[in-house]
Amino acid sequence: MQPESVLIEAALAVIVLDLTVMRAKDLRSRLNVASLIGALAVVIAAVLAVRNGAMGEILNGVLNLDTLAVATRVGVLGLTLLVLGIGTGGAKIRHPAEYVVIVLCAAVGFMAMASAQQLLLVFLALELASLSLYVLAGFDKSRPESAEAGLKYFLFGGMAAAFLLFGFSLLYGLTGTLDLPGISVVMAVSGFHPLLAVAMVMILVGFGYKAAAAPFHLWAPDAYQGAPAPAAAFIASASKLSGFVLFTRLLWGSASQGQMLGATPGWVPVVWLLAAASMLVGNLAALAQSNVRRLLAYSAIAHAGGILLGVIASGRSGPGPLFFYLTTYGIATAGAFGVFHVLEAQGGAQNLKDLAGLHRRSPLLAGCLMVFILSLAGVPPLAGFFGKFTVFAAALSPAGLGSPTGWLAVFAIAMSAVGLYYYLLILKEALVRPAAAEAQPVKVPATAALTLVAAAVLTLLFGMFPSLLLRWF
Amino acid sequence: MSSLPLLTLLILAPWVGALVLAFMGKAGAKASRGVTLLFSLSTLALGLAALAGFDPAVTGPQFSESHTWIRALHVRYHLGLDGMSLLLVLLTGLVSPFAILSGWKNERDVHIFGALFLLLQGAALGVFVALDFFPWFLFWELSLVPAYFLIRLWGGPGGTAAAYQFVVYTIGGSAFMLLGFAALFAATGTMDFRELAALAADGRLARLLPGAAGTAVFVGVLLGLAVKVPLFPFHTWLPSAYAEAPAGVTMFLTGIMSKMGVYGFLRILWPIFPDHLHAAAPCLIWLALGGIVFGAWAAMRQTDLKRMMAYSSINHLGYCLLALFAVAYATGRDGLTAEAAGAALAGALLQMFNHGLSAAALFFALGIIEERSGGKRGIGDFGGIRTAAPVFAGLCGIALFSSLGLPGLNGFVGEFLIFRGAWGLHPVATAVATLGLLGTALFLLTFWQRVFHGPARGAGVAFAEVAGRERLVLGLLAALMLLFGVLPGLLTPLINPLVTSWAGHLTLP
Amino acid sequence: MSLLPWTITISFAGAFLALIAGSRSAAAARGVALVTALASWGVVLVAAAGFVPAKGVQTLVDVPWIESLGIHYHLAADGISLVLLVLTGLAATAGVLFSWNIEERTGEFFAYFLTLIGGVYGVFLSADAFLFFVFYEIAIVPKYFLIANWGSTNREYGAMKLVLYSFAGSALVLAGLLWVYAAGNAGSFGLPELTAAAATLGHPEQLAIFALLFMGFAILAGIFPFHTWAPTGHVAAPTAVSMLLAGVVMKLGAYGCLRVALPLVPDALAFWQPAIMALAVVGIIYAGLIALVQDDFKFVIGYSSVSHMGFVLLGLAAGNVQAASGAVLQMFSHGVIAGLLFAVVGRMVYERTHTRKLADLRQMPLYKLLPFAAVVFVIAGLASMGLPGFSGFPAELAILIGAWQASHFWALGAAIGVFVAAAFTLRAIQVSFFGKDDRDPAAADAHHHYDPISLPEKAGAFLLIAASLVVGLKPDLFFDWITPALQSPAFQAVLKGGTP
Repeated sequence: MQPESVLIEAALAVIVLDLTVMRAKDLRSRLNVASLIGALAVVIAAVLAVRNGAMGEILNGVLNLDTLAVATRVGVLGLTLLVLGIGTGGAKIRHPAEYVVIVLCAAVGFMAMASAQQLLLVFLALELASLSLYVLAGFDKSRPESAEAGLKYFLFGGMAAAFLLFGFSLLYGLTGTLDLPGISVVMAVSGFHPLLAVAMVMILVGFGYKAAAAPFHLWAPDAYQGAPAPAAAFIASASKLSGFVLFTRLLWGSASQGQMLGATPGWVPVVWLLAAASMLVGNLAALAQSNVRRLLAYSAIAHAGGILLGVIASGRSGPGPLFFYLTTYGIATAGAFGVFHVLEAQGGAQNLKDLAGLHRRSPLLAGCLMVFILSLAGVPPLAGFFGKFTVFAAALSPAGLGSPTGWLAVFAIAMSAVGLYYYLLILKEALVRPAAAEAQPVKVPATAALTLVAAAVLTLLFGMFPSLLLRWF
Repeated sequence: MSSLPLLTLLILAPWVGALVLAFMGKAGAKASRGVTLLFSLSTLALGLAALAGFDPAVTGPQFSESHTWIRALHVRYHLGLDGMSLLLVLLTGLVSPFAILSGWKNERDVHIFGALFLLLQGAALGVFVALDFFPWFLFWELSLVPAYFLIRLWGGPGGTAAAYQFVVYTIGGSAFMLLGFAALFAATGTMDFRELAALAADGRLARLLPGAAGTAVFVGVLLGLAVKVPLFPFHTWLPSAYAEAPAGVTMFLTGIMSKMGVYGFLRILWPIFPDHLHAAAPCLIWLALGGIVFGAWAAMRQTDLKRMMAYSSINHLGYCLLALFAVAYATGRDGLTAEAAGAALAGALLQMFNHGLSAAALFFALGIIEERSGGKRGIGDFGGIRTAAPVFAGLCGIALFSSLGLPGLNGFVGEFLIFRGAWGLHPVATAVATLGLLGTALFLLTFWQRVFHGPARGAGVAFAEVAGRERLVLGLLAALMLLFGVLPGLLTPLINPLVTSWAGHLTLP
Repeated sequence: MSLLPWTITISFAGAFLALIAGSRSAAAARGVALVTALASWGVVLVAAAGFVPAKGVQTLVDVPWIESLGIHYHLAADGISLVLLVLTGLAATAGVLFSWNIEERTGEFFAYFLTLIGGVYGVFLSADAFLFFVFYEIAIVPKYFLIANWGSTNREYGAMKLVLYSFAGSALVLAGLLWVYAAGNAGSFGLPELTAAAATLGHPEQLAIFALLFMGFAILAGIFPFHTWAPTGHVAAPTAVSMLLAGVVMKLGAYGCLRVALPLVPDALAFWQPAIMALAVVGIIYAGLIALVQDDFKFVIGYSSVSHMGFVLLGLAAGNVQAASGAVLQMFSHGVIAGLLFAVVGRMVYERTHTRKLADLRQMPLYKLLPFAAVVFVIAGLASMGLPGFSGFPAELAILIGAWQASHFWALGAAIGVFVAAAFTLRAIQVSFFGKDDRDPAAADAHHHYDPISLPEKAGAFLLIAASLVVGLKPDLFFDWITPALQSPAFQAVLKGGTP
């Protein structure tokens, strides 16, 4: 049995249960029960994914379960668990069952993205995930910002999908096949065609939008700001992980097949520019933010730059560094949004000032936030540091500064020093500034507390023992 | 010679006293004073003990102590005593107790004053007996600390600025001297004075530190010493420091600390850099003359008695340097005779000793005047003190005339020898130096006349006669001046073999 | 020796315990912190007692850590590390003693404090460049919270500036290390392997790598013109943190220069030497002159730190064993003395008078009001001026000797720096404690009564003074450790023999 089916069955179970047994219960317990079922399903799915292992091609080659796919599946499931966990920590969600169901659907989409080996399925998976995320972004109907976030995300996402689709159709037209290995074979034979460049550009633009890489990042701050925190966490973590894994696959293929679009000349400078622009725009714009969520959005843009660097580098070094970066970044950023989610219910967490005195109001949240933010900033011994480190090492290898990639890595290192500034702004509020006079201590629901602590521990653990993740590759 | 580490004891005895005093805050002023004086006298006692065991015929260091200290820098704890050192140790032993007696009436933080003073005394002694740069420099710099606080805390209203200027100037010079020795060590691997002198004597040093580097090192060391003496034009710190310090401290500053510089010239600069000194001598001689003449004439323009005496110190120490520079100048030239050189050098050594006594006596007297008049020390504030206090005037007169160089008093001996020696070595400079003699005579006599003679005026009216402690100190000092004036032979045996050997090493034409 | 890794463990464990203890009572947190600091220092001293300098670098722990990158958890110690470990233990202990009066969020304070200490121990023990870097960064971040939370003047600004500078410096270091690792195909982050890898690179590349590494470290060491974080950071920091900043954190940079930058690319020093010596000497003099005209007492000390660290850099850049051994000794010496100065200014004076303006301090006969502080400050000031008998003197002397061998001109500049240091230190002594006589009638009404100096303060002060004196009078204690380490094969390519 494949883990995806477990999730879908669980989603159905959640709906049914909610409509029948739980109908009369209060929102809180409905959410808890739904989340619990979802979480159980996720755990089972993860166990299955691991036990199935790298099965290779299945379903006539529609899915290819190689190591990266398995790792990504587990990663996505882990992040989904995290998102479900933090979802229980905050304000009441109006339709808890639907919320959990959509989260699970999105997870299915992400998992399919990680393993799809056929353009049609790729697109379907992408759309399944994206549509779920659009809904999640607009899920909080009590706040107009949430609707705005959903709409914006939808419009930009839809456009990105159009670009991708166009690119895919060109690819199909050029090669006459939808199978990724087939495409790679044809491309290797037929050589370069101008339309291939067009297809490449389309796909890059499409992924650029999805990943919020500059200059296609404009939706991200609004979406991150308006969406409910768990949704934002999901958008920033699991979505990024699976999206970039897919992107890498389209470029570099997988171990069993030849290089794909990566063989197309001229794309590296484009991605290089996207990466550099993302780091620059993200880091500089983040400096000026007073809204903590927008700040994290710009930080996400900056990280997208670093991840793109990892994409370039993974052609030579394999996907290990990229995967490590994506996973640990996802945990940290989802964790941070989880903290905001808890806070939002009790006094808000939009402005930096809202975090003031967190160390008094909830030492636990403050401690977790410190771990997440410092990990995002790339401070050892937290996981974010090693993610950056291994990506930069891959990018600098083997030519050092002899290659443009090397220079980009140095630029990224310099930019991470800039980044520390705004990350410290968050921590300054949370750990240094005194609380406002009327501020109350924060009550953290046990599930959310457990989730956040687990995420923080993982962040520390992966940082101290990166081999835990890296040894898969 | 006993196996007792006599020189270490010599240095440590005052420091032990300082340590004792530091914890005597509650013991009362009287006890503190007594302890201070007692420990201060240790120097005289140990100095006399050293004198008893001293063999004048040996020109090298005696009572040597040499132990490895810092292997990494080849530093040795190396002490030794030769005639010159012994002379200065004895001078320290004499002047220090008198200086303490001068501040006897001080009531403020007596134990701290005593501790600082004894610290200063020990450091000065260390300078006179250390033979390795490292310990020497330790004592040299350490002496500044107590001096600074003595001037700052017990000095006059301008004490703050004066003390700051004094220390910063001196350290400024020392910094370059330190660099000089760092460079010497870099080139030779040793900082021992005697080893360096030996290297210099056989010409190896010139090969190890050739050209401009050698010159730079020489200039560095010269600067450090020149500020301390001070050599004109590095003297500007001196008048205010001497004027602002309490009388007892000024006695020590002029009596002992200014000798540290001259001692350095003779112990360090000359033996280690004979060629450089020879090359620089034509220029340095004029600086020394500048000090002599300028010091004398500037003293004449002073209305503040303490500043007048301060300038007189510059003048008197100029003679010592003149003698040395003249010898260095004449080395290898026509006109150098071992006899002339010997006379000049012997004169310089005696001048150090004698100036120490007479200047200490004069500042002691000025302390009395200041105390009696409630802080006045303008030359116009007094008159006719002799009428009211004939004994005081008489004893002061002895000190004044000793300072002036009247035959029969000790001051004469040194100056005479210097002039006699220098005349043969550098006649022009010696001739010009007589201008300084003239100036000295003029301002000292003006002092004598305006303050002690004529109708009683200002604070001179009903000037209380010296008695007890004051009379004892001034009397003793006057007796010593007479004694060494009449019988210079008491001192000359200590230094003659040394001076002869120095002169014997000179390159004769 | 095999005990040394415990210093790291003890410190981090202590940080955690202090955090827990702090939620119960401040006193408990203090106790935990003191015990931790003493225990780790004790470990160092026990190890030092059994140390045989001739053995060279002694590996303590070496286990594979991240196999795929060839990274090892490799701890080792030689004489140089040992000197700095002794310093760290001393500074930590004194720092705890001088922060005895922290009442607010005590547990957190000591948790950050001990984390910092643990990181510092780690840096001094690391023999793997990656590990080194990890500990280096661990030591940076707690500073921010320590200063921003418990600091004084402009604390948030000072903290931010300090951490950003440090981080920028470490970014340069990271770039340099990765460059060597990746471009040289080192396959390992062990320092010998990296050195071999660097040797395969072209000369211009080596020069660039050296510049990245040295500058990156030197920023933390306070090199001119990137020193500006130091004074503002020191001024903002609470006393104990100022002590640590000057005492050990700036040493991290200098230690990195010595341990990593110099041996890794031995051929590059010759090219950069004039520039580094120039920056070091300009820094010595410039910072000294700035210190001469400051009105904030802590700024004076802050700039004096920069000036003294200039000597360290000068010693490192001179490229001979003599100067480098002086530099290591100066690291120790400055750590102790600057700690003492900050303790007097920040803890003894500021927390009683509530002013650090020299203009205000000179209006009170402070030496009468706080005689103990005055004596301590005078001693510390003299030591800082490089008075013989204190630890700074043999260090400066050795640096001057070595610098003279490298360049007469810059050695002369350093001598001028010695002079300037004397001038500003003396001015600080004079204006702060001896500004006003108690004889002055105007001073009579200023006779406040201040709390007497407490026992922890006295203990800390005695500890530091004793350390400076012992090392000053018997520098061979450390020279015997340092010199063999510098003559070891690791440094042979970059440091010239030593004494003739």
